[in-house]
Amino acid sequence: MTAPAVAGPRETPVANALFEFLLRLGDDRLVLGHRDSEWCGHGPILEEDIATANIALDLVGQASALLRLAGEVEGKDRDEDALAYFREAVEFRNALLVELPRGDFGFTIMRQFLFDAYSVLVWDALQHAKHEGLAGIAAKALKEDKYHLRHSSEWVLRLGDGTEESHARVQRSLDELWRFTGELFEQDGVDAAVVSSGIVLDMGAVRSRWMEMVSDVLQRATLVVPEGVPMATGGRKGRHTEHLGHMLAEMQIVARSYPGAKW
Amino acid sequence: MPSRDDLYRIVGEVKDPEVPVLSVVELGIVRDVQADGSHVTVTLTPTYSGCPAMRTIEQDIRDTLATHGITDVSVETVYSPAWTTDWIGPEAREKLRQFGIAPPGPAEQGGLITLTRRRTPVPCPFCGSSNTERRSEFGSTACKAIHFCNACRQPFDEFKPF
Repeated sequence: MTAPAVAGPRETPVANALFEFLLRLGDDRLVLGHRDSEWCGHGPILEEDIATANIALDLVGQASALLRLAGEVEGKDRDEDALAYFREAVEFRNALLVELPRGDFGFTIMRQFLFDAYSVLVWDALQHAKHEGLAGIAAKALKEDKYHLRHSSEWVLRLGDGTEESHARVQRSLDELWRFTGELFEQDGVDAAVVSSGIVLDMGAVRSRWMEMVSDVLQRATLVVPEGVPMATGGRKGRHTEHLGHMLAEMQIVARSYPGAKW
Repeated sequence: MPSRDDLYRIVGEVKDPEVPVLSVVELGIVRDVQADGSHVTVTLTPTYSGCPAMRTIEQDIRDTLATHGITDVSVETVYSPAWTTDWIGPEAREKLRQFGIAPPGPAEQGGLITLTRRRTPVPCPFCGSSNTERRSEFGSTACKAIHFCNACRQPFDEFKPF
C-alpha cells in the first residue's frame, strides 16, 4: 500500500466552526463505515463478514445522526443525504486514515482498532459536552464503539500473537497505518471556536490515553509500535488521498443518478 | 382523541420486525406518546444508531395509528438517554427465551476497554444448559450475538446486553 497524501486542488474555507466540527466527526464514520461495508460478502469467515457489516451499519448510523445535526447547524436546507451524497472529495473532512482502501483482513482490523480506540475516547469526552444534540449522539455512539473496540482488540491479539503469517501481515499493516494516526489528534481554530458552543475536546489528553491503550494491546499482541514516523495530514482541510474520490464515486453514484429516489 | 394510555396500547400493537415476539413498547424504544388536539407525537429512541428496522418501525406505527383513525402523526427521534437492554422487562425476557433467543444479561458499565473480562456463559434458551460458547459477537441483526450450546448441540441467538 503506497498512499502519499496528495494535495487537492483547493481548500474550502471554514465558514462555521460547529458545522466543520460535526462534519469531521460525521465524515470519519461515513467513510470508514463505507470501507467496512465493502467486506459484505467478502469476509474471510461468515462471522466476520457479519461483524464487519454490523460495525459498518453502526458507523453509518452515527454518521447519519451527525450529518443531520451538521445540516441543521449549517441552516442551508441540507439534510444528511445531501451532505453524504452531494459533496465533492475536497468538501469531505474525514481523516486520511479512514479513506485508505480496505486492504486485507489484517489491515481492516488494524485500522478499525486504531480508530475504535480513538473514537471511544472522543465520545467519552463529548458525552459531557454542553451541547445537548451532540452529547446525546456521543453517549449512544460510545456504547457501540466500545463493543467495536472489544472486537477489534481481540482480533489484533489473535492475529498479532497468531501464526507467523498473520503476525507479519498485521505488523505490516500497523507500519503502513501508523503515519495516518497523527492527524486524528490535530487541533486547529475549529476546535477552539466550538468551545463557545459548549464543546471542549482536549486532544492532548485523548492522545495520551490513546497511546496508552493502543500500546498495551499491541504489546500483548507481540507487535512493535513504529517510531519516528513523519505524520501525514490534510483530510481535515479537504486535502485527501486519491482513494477518497474513487470511493465516493461508488458511494454516491446511485443517489446522483436518481436524485430523490426511494425504495 | 384516545387517552395517553390508549395511545400507548395502540403503539404497543407494533412488533419489532426483527424480533416479532416483542412489541416496540416492550423493547423500550417508545419514549413518549403525546396528543395535542388531533395531533399525535410519538418519540422513539433507536436501539443501535444504524438499526435498519427503525424506519420500518416508524412506518408500522403510522399505519397502526391510522387503522385507529389517527392520521395526524409525527415521529421524533431522541438519543438521550441512550437505550439499554436493561429497559426490557421480565415478561418480555421470558418471551424472548421462549422464542429461542437468550435474553440479555445486565448491561455492562465498566471501562472503555474490556479485553481481559471473562464472560459468564449464556444459558441455552432451548435446554437451559450453561455449557455454551460464544461463536460471534455479532449476529443476524445489530442486537444479537451468536452462541452454541454444547449440551443440545444447537446454535442460538443472544439478545446482546447493551
